[in-house]
Amino acid sequence: MDNTTLLHRVQSAYPAAILASSEFRGELSLVLRPEALLDVAAFLRDEPELNYTFLENLCAVDYLGREPRFEVVYHLLSVNNSHRVCLKVGAAEEHPLVPSLTPLWPTANWQEREAFDLMGIQFSGHPALERILMPEDWIGHPQRKDVPLGYEEVAFTFNQEKIYAQKPFAKE
Amino acid sequence: MLKTQELQVNIGPQHPSTHGVFRMLVTVDGETIIDLKPVFGYLHRNHEQLAEVNTYLQNMPYTDRLDYFNSMANNQAYAMAVEKLAGIEVPERAEYIRVMMAELTRILNHAAALGFLLQDMGSWGTQLLFGMREREKILDLFEMVSGARMMCNYFRFGGVVRDLTPEFIPNLKELLVGLPIFIDEMEALLRDNEILLHRAEGIGILPKEVALSYSVTGPVLRGSGVPYDIRKAEPYSLYDRFDFDVPVGAVGDVYDRFLVRVEEMRQSMRILEQCIQQLPEAQGGHINPKARQNVRPPVGDAYARIESPKGELGFYLVSDGSDKPYRYKVRAPSFINLTPLADMCRGYKVADVVVILGSIDIVMGEVDR
Repeated sequence: MDNTTLLHRVQSAYPAAILASSEFRGELSLVLRPEALLDVAAFLRDEPELNYTFLENLCAVDYLGREPRFEVVYHLLSVNNSHRVCLKVGAAEEHPLVPSLTPLWPTANWQEREAFDLMGIQFSGHPALERILMPEDWIGHPQRKDVPLGYEEVAFTFNQEKIYAQKPFAKE
Repeated sequence: MLKTQELQVNIGPQHPSTHGVFRMLVTVDGETIIDLKPVFGYLHRNHEQLAEVNTYLQNMPYTDRLDYFNSMANNQAYAMAVEKLAGIEVPERAEYIRVMMAELTRILNHAAALGFLLQDMGSWGTQLLFGMREREKILDLFEMVSGARMMCNYFRFGGVVRDLTPEFIPNLKELLVGLPIFIDEMEALLRDNEILLHRAEGIGILPKEVALSYSVTGPVLRGSGVPYDIRKAEPYSLYDRFDFDVPVGAVGDVYDRFLVRVEEMRQSMRILEQCIQQLPEAQGGHINPKARQNVRPPVGDAYARIESPKGELGFYLVSDGSDKPYRYKVRAPSFINLTPLADMCRGYKVADVVVILGSIDIVMGEVDR
């Protein structure tokens, strides 16, 4: 299986699904329409010759200032053919919604929860989309590019009182 | 007619058997597990965002802290991802040094993991210290080459930071003489102990199909009977030159995962012996002299992976052409291998949960990132 054959196979099966395709360092990336993601992923998984049965990696990327702003990246591996394909799906800034791959691969469950937690991507059809790494009461999605990076001032004896006065300690 | 009532119990987060700060919300009916919900993130430090404000080279020491048992393996995966993104060649000698470090890491990790697993089964003390004793010897070797025992920060783009010291190879040979005795001893500790066998055989069975659908990798997947090892399936570095076997389990229980790890230590020793033989003829130096360390890779993205001792460790990097990664994602094997924990524990007893968790071999520094 090589990149061109795979691209032709997907194009002939789902002509309207692929928005763009690119090759970098010998690996193929397909930018898909969000509504076609589930069909294409199931096609790649179930077609005997393709056999991309292994969902290696799932993550979201924040391209601030670009339209669509978010991109969810899936790395699928065909163990039999030893070939990898990268699927990319865009998600708008206003309401980032992408279909969930959990019905096809249970492994997507936690990785999608992580993408929701840190990047704020909504996955439709996910069984329990809740925070996984951050505390449950956290507001916001810390890995987005527009979240300011905070820091804590180091307390020494001469400025300790001033710094401790501003810290949100628990009330007695 | 007697009735039983379901009860929710927290195991952890501050519990010696949870391998770090990890909580399991367990629903039990008597002693039997009905459902289990892992809760974690106590060690979360947004490692991935931290990497986006540092340059590529500044991230190298941070990768040490992901899975703090295997800093060399983390270094290798990250260096390979940047090399793939920037198109950097690695000399042959550097690759041999890398393979040796990766295999020593594997022995180190499995020795410690098996010690912890036996400790989780209730055999307190001796077994863990057996593993730790071997680990110390390997840490001494790491100190010889990198100057640090655990946070090695030894790899650079295009090679390793400095060449092997003259005393490294004699010391490694000495280690390889003693190691088979340790491995046999370690194996006998579980194999010849009937009480421990009862706690390991038929416990925490992970069927082949379930393991594959959860993308589980490493010794857990091979314990379930899938002969999948990235070193064989997609040989990176120099792994196509070495003669070694991939051990697989039969049932997929705790015992199989134990045996797979024991056998992997033996195979790593075989690779190390071949490395020592082939190293004097290797071309090139310890680092590619043309490789710049302040890399500015072209715009694009790359995913590189290695077979780390815990499974598939991958780094996904997106470059926007600057000297800092635009996006940096770690595919952490401990995190993914933990996903089927609830499926593995359902129907077993509370005491088995600890053993099953120990057999997955997780490190919270990598799960929480």
